[in-house]
Amino acid sequence: MSAPRFMAGSDALAAAMVAAGCRFFAGYPMTPFTGVLEAMAQRLPGAGGVCMNAESELEAIGMCWGAAAIGARAATGSTGQGLALMQESLAEMTSARLPLVVLNMARGQGDYFQTTRGGGHGDYRLPVLAPVDVSEAVTHVSLAFGWAEAWRTPVMLFGDYYLAHTHRSVSIPAPEEPVTPAWAVDGRSGGTGRARLISPLGTVKQRDGQGAQAGYDLAVHYRACADRTRAMLDGIAPRIEAETGGDTAVLVVAYGSPAAYVRAAVRELRAEGLPVGYARPVTLVPFPYGALARLARGCRAVAVYENNSGQAVDDVRLAVDGQVPVEFIGGLSMDPSGFGIAPDLDVTHLKERIMQLVGRVAAR
Amino acid sequence: MNEPRFLPVVPTDHPPACAASLVHDFTPELISVGAHQLCPGCGEPMAIRAVAEAVAELGLTRSCIAVFGIGCSTAFSNNLDIEVVQALHGRAPSVATGITRMRPDVTALTVQGDGDMVNEGLQEVLHAAARGERITCFMLNNGVFGETGGQMTATTVLGQRTKNSPEGRDARHHGHPIRLADLVATLDGAVYVARGAVDTAVNVQRTKRMVLKALQAQKRGFALVEVLTMCPTGWAVDTTRSARYMADHHARIHSMGVLKDTGGGRSR
Ligand SMILES: Cc1ncc(C[n+]2csc(CCOP(=O)(O)OP(=O)(O)O)c2C)c(N)n1
Ligand code: SF4
Ligand SMILES: [Mg+2]
Repeated sequence: MSAPRFMAGSDALAAAMVAAGCRFFAGYPMTPFTGVLEAMAQRLPGAGGVCMNAESELEAIGMCWGAAAIGARAATGSTGQGLALMQESLAEMTSARLPLVVLNMARGQGDYFQTTRGGGHGDYRLPVLAPVDVSEAVTHVSLAFGWAEAWRTPVMLFGDYYLAHTHRSVSIPAPEEPVTPAWAVDGRSGGTGRARLISPLGTVKQRDGQGAQAGYDLAVHYRACADRTRAMLDGIAPRIEAETGGDTAVLVVAYGSPAAYVRAAVRELRAEGLPVGYARPVTLVPFPYGALARLARGCRAVAVYENNSGQAVDDVRLAVDGQVPVEFIGGLSMDPSGFGIAPDLDVTHLKERIMQLVGRVAAR
Repeated sequence: MNEPRFLPVVPTDHPPACAASLVHDFTPELISVGAHQLCPGCGEPMAIRAVAEAVAELGLTRSCIAVFGIGCSTAFSNNLDIEVVQALHGRAPSVATGITRMRPDVTALTVQGDGDMVNEGLQEVLHAAARGERITCFMLNNGVFGETGGQMTATTVLGQRTKNSPEGRDARHHGHPIRLADLVATLDGAVYVARGAVDTAVNVQRTKRMVLKALQAQKRGFALVEVLTMCPTGWAVDTTRSARYMADHHARIHSMGVLKDTGGGRSR
């Protein structure tokens, strides 16, 4: 760990990526992701890495595809629209089994479905981490590279304007020396009779005399992909942060930056003697369904706060499975800039919403 | 003099002078499987063969990564004894960029169709060329989306009937064909640009020289070889007549030759 330094979120993320061994980054400017690209352009060359100003998000992720295939720790990122352009590659990188870290610096929380369900095609899931602040994001960066490599998959970090632009005092983890994974291509296996292949269509090499016909076998490949996805979702322990007491009647669920404000509101209400609690899914995929169900047990209502018209509330309903009523107390951001720098993220305002719900529950 | 020539009847009254050999025995060493799913009369295997032979002849076998696009040639991407990274439709140049930027010692080449490179991926190849990326792109130009059954691409010539230009490509409705190699040659980052064809034995030899030159030029910057290939299936032209058809139509618009060679070497 470095000594704490006062840094912009974007710069701290870049420093954490370089420390985690990231040596290739490609991106295309889009607020609030832009700062990460700028910081990587500054930091990577000095660390022996390469930062590319791609001509679009399509090319940014394409370049990462190549860098990941030769075993470099690679990352990219963007914001809603740019991530929409990357979806084809994101989906297919899971079938090509290529690791990648994607910084999704979103505008508000309207992209929860895009992030957790993917806008891409096929039967895939990407692990998603939703840090509450810069300090946590820095620890998530090395976690994300670790998962990406262990499960050979893209991993997404779901951040926002607050994460990118807030200055905080943070410590950057000690640098890791990147190790080239054994499966990577390097050009050297050509002519050996077993030249390596990295393909979203599978890695079966068709050879005469082995009874195989020419071409790829997609039925076999897609089944193997589905099995690996299942193993990954079972293998990654979902993370959750919670503050509840034995008396909790209303559990308030939030994630990402807004959760910091919800947490503060719940703490104040608890200090005032209200029977409320707080829970924050830290991994959005895999979602902490089991842990949330246990926390909700005995509550009279579960409230979900997010800055959109209700997306994660679906996952909370799946978790609670009808055992407790789930109420949506969030809403679209009132911020006219579109960046989700929400005037509604005000502790007094949040306390009011929570108290209203507590009142309704008590009156039932 | 012009009497038809027939193959000689194999004499059976004495043992053959040399052992019989399978067609498969002529498969170049870096194509590990002779069998493939491409149509009889297809020009693409010839172009890929030229690339595979050139890689071996230049001693690049142990330092080469081929990036394939999506088209009929994708059927070859798990057939080679060269390392392969399979890319998505149109995306091979950016993938090859990621490879060589991190491993400049590797020779990265792409194999893409005209639909892949000139339709879906035009931006990729132009920017890679403009950046002077040290990669070589090979474009198998048959003027149709072969893999999806023979529809019009950006290189389809005016008047050509395809499945979705049934009355022929009409400039007023479909616009004009793009001569990709000519376009790329105007970009400063491109050091070697040529257009070959595989319709005759002579052209196959010329194309092979272009492929060799391009792979050598890649040390200096971006190289592109467009290869005109026959697609009898997509054109709905008899296999025996498709080479002629190509010369008469496709090659009239996309003319063969070396369009740029900043190495200054004489080219033919
Ligand atoms: C994004 C995307 N759009 C469309 C396709 C469908 N597709 C597969 S191959 C192909 C045509 C390929 O044509 P070309 O590149 O000319 O290669 P050919 O088959 O002629 O060799 C198309 C359109 C695809 N795979 N991906
Ligand atoms: S459709 Fe055309 S390009 Fe595709 S394999 Fe058949 S002949 Fe070749
Ligand atoms: Mg084609």
